[in-house]
Amino acid sequence: MLNIRDWSLAKREAAAGYFFILPWIIGFTLLTLGPMLASLYFSFTDYNIVEAPRWIGLNNYTRLFNDELFWQSLAVTLRFAVLALPSGLVLGFVLALLLNQDVPGVKIWRTIFFLPSVLSGVAVTLLWLMLFNPELGVVNKLLEQIGIKGPGWLQDPDWAVPSLAIMALWGVGQNMIVYLAGLQGVPADLYDAAKVDGANRTQQFRYVTIPMMTPVLFYNLVLGLIGTFSYFTQVYVATGGSGGPARSTLFYNLYLYQNAFRYNDMGYASAMAWVLFVIVLTLTLLVFRSSSLWVYYEGELRGRR
Amino acid sequence: MTSQTINRPIAETDTAYPSRGRLGLRGEALFSKALTTLILAAGSVLILIPLAYMISLSLRDKTQIRQGSLDIIPMMHVEVEVNGKDEPLYNVTVEGQAQQMALLKKAPGGKGIFVDPANPEQTVELILADQSPVQAVEIHPENYPEALTAVPFDRYFFNTITVTFVGMAGMLFSCSLVAYGFSRFRAPGMNILFLLLLSTIMLPRQVTLIPIYILFQNLGWVNTLLPLIVPQFFANAYDVFLLRQFFMTIPLELDDAAKLDGASPLQILWYIIIPMARPALVTVAIFHFLYAWNDFYEPLIFLHSRENWTMAVGLQTFNALYSVNTHLIMAASVVMIVPPIILFFLSQRIFMQGVVITRMAEK
Repeated sequence: MLNIRDWSLAKREAAAGYFFILPWIIGFTLLTLGPMLASLYFSFTDYNIVEAPRWIGLNNYTRLFNDELFWQSLAVTLRFAVLALPSGLVLGFVLALLLNQDVPGVKIWRTIFFLPSVLSGVAVTLLWLMLFNPELGVVNKLLEQIGIKGPGWLQDPDWAVPSLAIMALWGVGQNMIVYLAGLQGVPADLYDAAKVDGANRTQQFRYVTIPMMTPVLFYNLVLGLIGTFSYFTQVYVATGGSGGPARSTLFYNLYLYQNAFRYNDMGYASAMAWVLFVIVLTLTLLVFRSSSLWVYYEGELRGRR
Repeated sequence: MTSQTINRPIAETDTAYPSRGRLGLRGEALFSKALTTLILAAGSVLILIPLAYMISLSLRDKTQIRQGSLDIIPMMHVEVEVNGKDEPLYNVTVEGQAQQMALLKKAPGGKGIFVDPANPEQTVELILADQSPVQAVEIHPENYPEALTAVPFDRYFFNTITVTFVGMAGMLFSCSLVAYGFSRFRAPGMNILFLLLLSTIMLPRQVTLIPIYILFQNLGWVNTLLPLIVPQFFANAYDVFLLRQFFMTIPLELDDAAKLDGASPLQILWYIIIPMARPALVTVAIFHFLYAWNDFYEPLIFLHSRENWTMAVGLQTFNALYSVNTHLIMAASVVMIVPPIILFFLSQRIFMQGVVITRMAEK
């Protein structure tokens, strides 16, 4: 017989706790853990949804490593990461430094820089498609006025990924907000101590701000890298899902999508998903191994708990 | 999260300027402020100009798009009929006299062959760069109704609203319960479960997507709105974390007082926690709105037939089908970004704090 009244107080508290987190436990089991294991299983099978999965061992993985397009998709993703991440990091950080100063209208500037992050990826991509149009687009018309013949942008295999990187830089405000919070979390005593030691502003920046911010910067870089492996909406809209021209924008996630939902090659796509998972896991562990670098945040979190 | 430090400006963090020695401290501060403002203004222009062009393009017609004027205000290059053909009209100077002539065609050497529309036999060759086209403001607001009726946008709008708000209700319900559980109850394994919850933030959704797709297909839910709505009823790490952080700032004494009055845990959640946590609930609701409104990936995968599409998918397909109708595509795009912009301006302060808290959750 289950009689709650007979339970100890601690037991009742625990039961109530489990009861309240039940929605998440069910969701985690059915929509996260179960599917993760299922996709691991599918990655060892040949599965096209219509017929039952057929065990083929490591075939999907060996096929991946011999698949030119798989390597192409990794190369495209990394190329985008190299173009968009460091520049986005520097730009976001510089913006945060500027917006952390006591200038008139600072709230308005913050709002404007953050604005692109709330806009629909589809609508924004369509806009940039028009702006980057080689003949009629504003970008090339402006370049023409200063005597430069603009490239074909998204229609040129060499320029397509850089075009997407420029689009990403336009939305740099999202990083900016995080850096701004980081800057405001640097304890004022550190600056006071530096001043007592006779540090000038350059030295304060070099020996206080930068060291205190590196964890945030590094962390965002890794998160950004993980993010590029999920990059999808913009490239799907810009290329109609093809990854063209000449597969120059075949991002990892786009190729995964094509395998799963265009070719119904679910086993193969699952193998790609798991390779992605291993990549992300490695990057995440990298962050955690260096976590001693951001002692400040950890201490603060612990203090609040 | 860093509410005790968030408003403290750190003016000393910028680099020193070389002019420091000659200008006094005040002078230096003024110079640095002016320079900062200048850079911020220039950056803001770069952010806003594309959006201005979006509106500008949405108000032009096909001819104006083809003419591709750089003016933000939609201009029309005036044309006149010459020998039964429409030719662009120019303000030209012939032998020191200003008059209006039509451009017949371009000639080598940056020249153009012009003709007086009243006297079509007589042509003049002039240097094109020295003449200016006759322009007039021409705005086409009718692009909006045309774009919105070219495809069933009312249907897409209805679907998006359904997904957004029913999902939001589910998210608020489930995340409140779960956050309450994690913030108020001690139980074996609770901390490990919480870490597990946080770690799911790092998990790319592609890893679970294919089995979830197959699950929903077996349930007959593919090509309905259910795959986009039902998972919201099972909580998500971001919102649970944000709500839990907030719930923990609500004094336990309030719970204790209610307990003495005989309130059950559910009553405490409903009558004490929820009313006090309204700012946090508003924050997660806004985030959810933006996420659901803008999401493209999952609607693309789960919704196959046209009548079930959301705005994001409908807009992408609209572009694929009508790619020559730039003006209509831009009009539809403007409609798509207006609700988030309004919401963003109404709730900015809450919003930016929320971004910070959410990103902290990833740590």
